[in-house]
Amino acid sequence: MEFLVGTHINFLGHRRAAFILSAVVILIGLISLAVQGGPKLGIDFAGGVLLQVKFDQAITAESVRESLEAVGVEEAEIQHFGGNREAIIRLMAEDAEADDLAGRILERLNTDNPGNTASFMREELVGPKIGEELRAKATMAIIYALIGILIYISLRFEFKFAAGAVAALVHDVLITLGLFSLTGRAITLPVIAAFLTIVGYSLNDTIVIYDRIREDRRKLYGKSFVDIVNTSLNESLSRTLVTSLTTLFVVVCLFIFGGEVIKDFAFALMVGVIVGTYSSVYVASPLVVEWQIKQEARRRRRHG
Amino acid sequence: MTPKMRWKVLLVFVVVILAAWRASYTFRFLSMSEEDLAALSTDQVEQLEANAIRLGLDLQGGMHMVLEVEKEGLSADESKDVMARAQEVITNRIDQFGVAEPSIQIEGDDRIIVQLPGLQDEQRAKRLIGRTALLEFMPVAVMEDTDIVLRAIDRALSEQMLASGEISMETETGLPLSETERLERERPFSVRLRFPGELPFMAESDVAWAKAKLAGLDLAEVLPTYPDDPTKPRYRLAWHADTRVLSDDGEDYRGFYVLENEPVMLGSSVVSADVRPGLDQDYPNAPGISLRLSRSGGRTFADYTGRNIGNYVTLVLDDVVQSAAVIKSRIPAGTPASLTGNFTDEEASDIAIVLRAGRLPAPMTVIEERTVGPSLGRDSINLGVRAMLIGFLLVVLFMLIYYKAAGAIAVLALVVNVLLIIALMSSLPVDPRPALTLPGLAGIILTIGMAVDANVLIFERIREELRNQKTIRAAIRDGYERAFLTIMDANVTTLIAAGVLLYFGTGTIKGFGVTLSLGIIASMFTAIVATRVVFDLFTSHWNVKHLSI
Repeated sequence: MEFLVGTHINFLGHRRAAFILSAVVILIGLISLAVQGGPKLGIDFAGGVLLQVKFDQAITAESVRESLEAVGVEEAEIQHFGGNREAIIRLMAEDAEADDLAGRILERLNTDNPGNTASFMREELVGPKIGEELRAKATMAIIYALIGILIYISLRFEFKFAAGAVAALVHDVLITLGLFSLTGRAITLPVIAAFLTIVGYSLNDTIVIYDRIREDRRKLYGKSFVDIVNTSLNESLSRTLVTSLTTLFVVVCLFIFGGEVIKDFAFALMVGVIVGTYSSVYVASPLVVEWQIKQEARRRRRHG
Repeated sequence: MTPKMRWKVLLVFVVVILAAWRASYTFRFLSMSEEDLAALSTDQVEQLEANAIRLGLDLQGGMHMVLEVEKEGLSADESKDVMARAQEVITNRIDQFGVAEPSIQIEGDDRIIVQLPGLQDEQRAKRLIGRTALLEFMPVAVMEDTDIVLRAIDRALSEQMLASGEISMETETGLPLSETERLERERPFSVRLRFPGELPFMAESDVAWAKAKLAGLDLAEVLPTYPDDPTKPRYRLAWHADTRVLSDDGEDYRGFYVLENEPVMLGSSVVSADVRPGLDQDYPNAPGISLRLSRSGGRTFADYTGRNIGNYVTLVLDDVVQSAAVIKSRIPAGTPASLTGNFTDEEASDIAIVLRAGRLPAPMTVIEERTVGPSLGRDSINLGVRAMLIGFLLVVLFMLIYYKAAGAIAVLALVVNVLLIIALMSSLPVDPRPALTLPGLAGIILTIGMAVDANVLIFERIREELRNQKTIRAAIRDGYERAFLTIMDANVTTLIAAGVLLYFGTGTIKGFGVTLSLGIIASMFTAIVATRVVFDLFTSHWNVKHLSI
């Protein structure tokens, strides 16, 4: 069985509409980011304490909050899941280590709820210094990755292709950041790792299409660039969709079945795969076409 | 079959068998339950573990801690030394704690990274590792000196409190002050002390206030200082670690100590520390720590006790008085000293450990800590594997439906991929061995989805060539050829991202970089070499006429 072969979709004909759609989605994300004062940083980057506990029976978030206040924790974020039996508590604390805050919270939760044992699942503590360092490291990693990729594509293809690819990447990252902001998810180290993976993966798609364009340019010499790219996109459609589909299968499985710890990571991957595929077709290629058209127009004006 | 073909088939065959064999250790190890493991001998378990994939702390459970050493106040010489000594002390303490495969590494100038896999009691480990453990034998100042000190404190506090308006020498009624009221204002500290015997105690409810007030004083100004060092006070103030109930009112009281600021002996004179029961009459059921002193330490102590009969001496641990005793007679060298208090078995054991291992040469703070409990570790493995199996199944179904027999070949390639990743991770002769973390497991899952890509590229090309009326063998050959460059290009970019993660990442993220990189390399091998061999076998060697793709 096969589908989507021999299609003649006029991808590039829709490109104005596609640009507007992308712009709108990015704008929504940016507004959400602006309203929340920037991306929500997890304790990896903002510093703080995370404690995950599991109770025998369901417990209300309010009662957990009461126990927290009893140990002197005023502001904490409590995330409830697992049939209301598990909770992840996130808070900022000055002297968390000196106090063994996590230990005292756990003790208090147990004394406040006799008969409903709170078991320790995991704890993370990130001091402000480390938070700063991790922020710097993450930024460096992203910059290096982008530079490496830019160089690579510029070597394999012309510069305008690289520009289109990078634009698609920026588009993907912005949309994913926006979605994180809209869904209230925090940016942690694994999420940055997911971003980098998306960057690499989205490029994957884009390059396959670029390869096709390069081949078709030779094969279909004489046709207009718009026609060539449209043909390439149609030819690659089947492969693009199948790969994205299989990757999406596994990532969705990870999101649904993988458990709470990996959920944000899987969410980033999910969004990244969908948006990355879209951007390879509707952002990278049309931008290259626009660039080419403008280039040709400039050339004609000079010689004509 | 051409000789070239033969080599290729052999290569693929050998690789697959090797991968399957190496990966089998991991499958066996991970699928064994607690009871199964207990049934094996320790040697067998060790061998299995060594050959199976190493699990990260987030899948095994355990603690990862980064300590920062405070180098302020150290001389240049001490500064160089301190990291190595700190590492030694921590290693000693952890050795006694009994964790398998601990890792204690110095990082940079002033950091120590401690990793304790499989750790059960992380609170205890934290306390054990972090305490400075400065043990001192401090003499208690004699009555006259204590008096002088208390008066000085009272004067200073009284002045302070009058100046800040906290107290005033006038009353609301305008009547002259009563004796008690005057005492409260002139001797705000001493008025709160009680002397059931020779040593002062303060009600626990006042202690927080007292500590805050004392912290606000510059002791070098308030107390008498040494003639040759005017910045060093002659006396040190300390509190007892425990409270006790004084007979009449049932309230908790805490001992307050005015100590001479020169220790008789330091903890370095302690040669061994053992936990013994019943060392203290006040706490007959509590364990105490029996300290054996070095020869010079023993002589010093004998000397001191001989000259100070009737005086009190205290054992101070990290500036907190653990025990105070009156010297009843000269303690001859060789007699063990005892450190007692209201200890639990665990507390006594921990104090003995830190005393034996030595004190930390400088204070340390924990700047990062990540601990995963064993049950979450197990949960994560189960959930991760489950997600992997379901995802794998979906991909398999799809490939079979969409690409039919060729899809089956791709599925086999997928299986070999996973085997390869696991085999490589468990067999690479790198130190430290790569560990499988939860993101790492996600990386394997991701490669399952992405590995299909290479095959898809090839199959789609082959389909195209077939559509262009080429023969089967030509279609296969051209399909692989055309697709090869594209596969390389596409995978290189993901490899760049994975490489960056490998380089910049630590811990769990590094694990992800490792599996992603290995996965991409493995998928390139299987897609380009392995599946080609299978196709060629079918068409050239076994002369299949129709390609089910």
